[in-house]
Amino acid sequence: MNLMHYWRAMWGIIGRELWRFVTQRERFISALVRPLVWLFVFAAGFRAALGLAITPPYETYILYEVYITPGLIGMIQLFNGMQSSLSMVYDREMGSMRILMVCPLPRWFLLLSKLLAGTGVSILQVYVFLGIAWFYDIHAPWQGYLWILPALVLSGLMLGALGLLLSSFIKQLENFAGVMNFVIFPMFFMSTALYPLWKMKESSAFLSQLAQYNPFSQAVEMIRFALYGQFNQQACLYTLVAFVVFMAAAIVGYNPSKGMMVKKGGG
Amino acid sequence: MKTLPALAIENLSFSYGGKKALDQLNFSINAGECTVLLGPNGAGKSTLFSLITHLYDSHEGRIQLCGFDIKQQTRLALSKLGVVFQQTTLDMDLSVLQNLYYHTALHGLSRQQANVRIQQELERLNMYERRFEKIRQLNGGHRRRVEIARALLHKPSVLLLDEPTVGLDVPSRLAIVEYVHQLAEEEKLAVLWASHLIDEIYPEDHLIVLHKGQIKAKGTVNDVLDASQSTQIKDAFYSLTQGEQA
Repeated sequence: MNLMHYWRAMWGIIGRELWRFVTQRERFISALVRPLVWLFVFAAGFRAALGLAITPPYETYILYEVYITPGLIGMIQLFNGMQSSLSMVYDREMGSMRILMVCPLPRWFLLLSKLLAGTGVSILQVYVFLGIAWFYDIHAPWQGYLWILPALVLSGLMLGALGLLLSSFIKQLENFAGVMNFVIFPMFFMSTALYPLWKMKESSAFLSQLAQYNPFSQAVEMIRFALYGQFNQQACLYTLVAFVVFMAAAIVGYNPSKGMMVKKGGG
Repeated sequence: MKTLPALAIENLSFSYGGKKALDQLNFSINAGECTVLLGPNGAGKSTLFSLITHLYDSHEGRIQLCGFDIKQQTRLALSKLGVVFQQTTLDMDLSVLQNLYYHTALHGLSRQQANVRIQQELERLNMYERRFEKIRQLNGGHRRRVEIARALLHKPSVLLLDEPTVGLDVPSRLAIVEYVHQLAEEEKLAVLWASHLIDEIYPEDHLIVLHKGQIKAKGTVNDVLDASQSTQIKDAFYSLTQGEQA
């Protein structure tokens, strides 16, 4: 097994995922419509209801639309991570996951490549979203559009690894509705994506604590700071640790002797 | 000098929780041999395939592919294996060529090597002209041909086929059966073919009759007929599996 084999396999997996994404136009459009509805409708409605103080990384008063843009970027990646996990459950039910799993490469490498592929797709969506937001007068410093890239890679990997972990537990597609109710919604609403921590603390100290420890909040804060050319070390470290933990658990989940694959039976 | 069997299974057992799915299986397949695995639903055929492909891991027994242990030398063992699963595992929205490129990338072939191998395998199956078509546009028989071509791209020594002709019309079924037997003979491939259909067995094939996780008979067609004191495979199968449908 040489390094070229790993290289070719990784690009094979990434290329397939990107190709599938660009050819599935409905998926591309629906991935964009969701955050845009939040931006154009929800944020516009809430603009008057929520007053925002000046908090880092912002140096002046900002509109609510500006505040939730990093949260919506996180939302794109969160949904994409879960979509990837959904497609893995689908692939497993349909059998195409087997083709990946029987190729002669370590399983952790295959899962990581799959994760990188999903992250690449989510980054594409984010940049298109930022492009549309720019025309809606949501501007970040131009360096921010570059700094955000490594942040998007890390947050995409973390959320994708969470999806991967969940997919190792879910046997059937029908169970995926549970993921929506018990993972995506609590993670999104109990985070700093839509409202800052201090605002949440005013109504519930307990909720604000939960939001603080929510890895999704930390990923959103990392993105928020990066978009304004700043480095949030704590958020970055937290997201990195969450990625390592989720990824390690997902690898165990897909291990043929230890993981859930065996406990679920079948065949 | 004694040559290693292409596939060797020794004392293999597997349980789902407390329920035994496979019980002390022993058999081997040599290069150029076509072995048909017959068994009713729930006999353990798919579990056996999942163990050989390392989708599951067994704590009891041993599986070797060309001498490589599937647990100790997983990657070397898997590199010797080509698989056609029961369900279609092609990406419907991609073309024949894109599906095959994906497989060659997973097996580390360069684009140049991939082009040569894809052309060779598709031409043998009369599918090269259709390489730009999306899988969704192909009928069931042609999809199966693409899957067989894909399983052979990296030149495996062992070919596993899990009921590959289910749902196909008679001419497509016969063509695939004929082609796989030809492959075993000409390419010296070791073939393990799980099947429901007794008419897919050729007189020179080897047979394994699996029932409730145990091998009830194995050997050449004649060995199995003798073991069950039958004159026809159909009768032998019924008597060995106590009348259950394949």
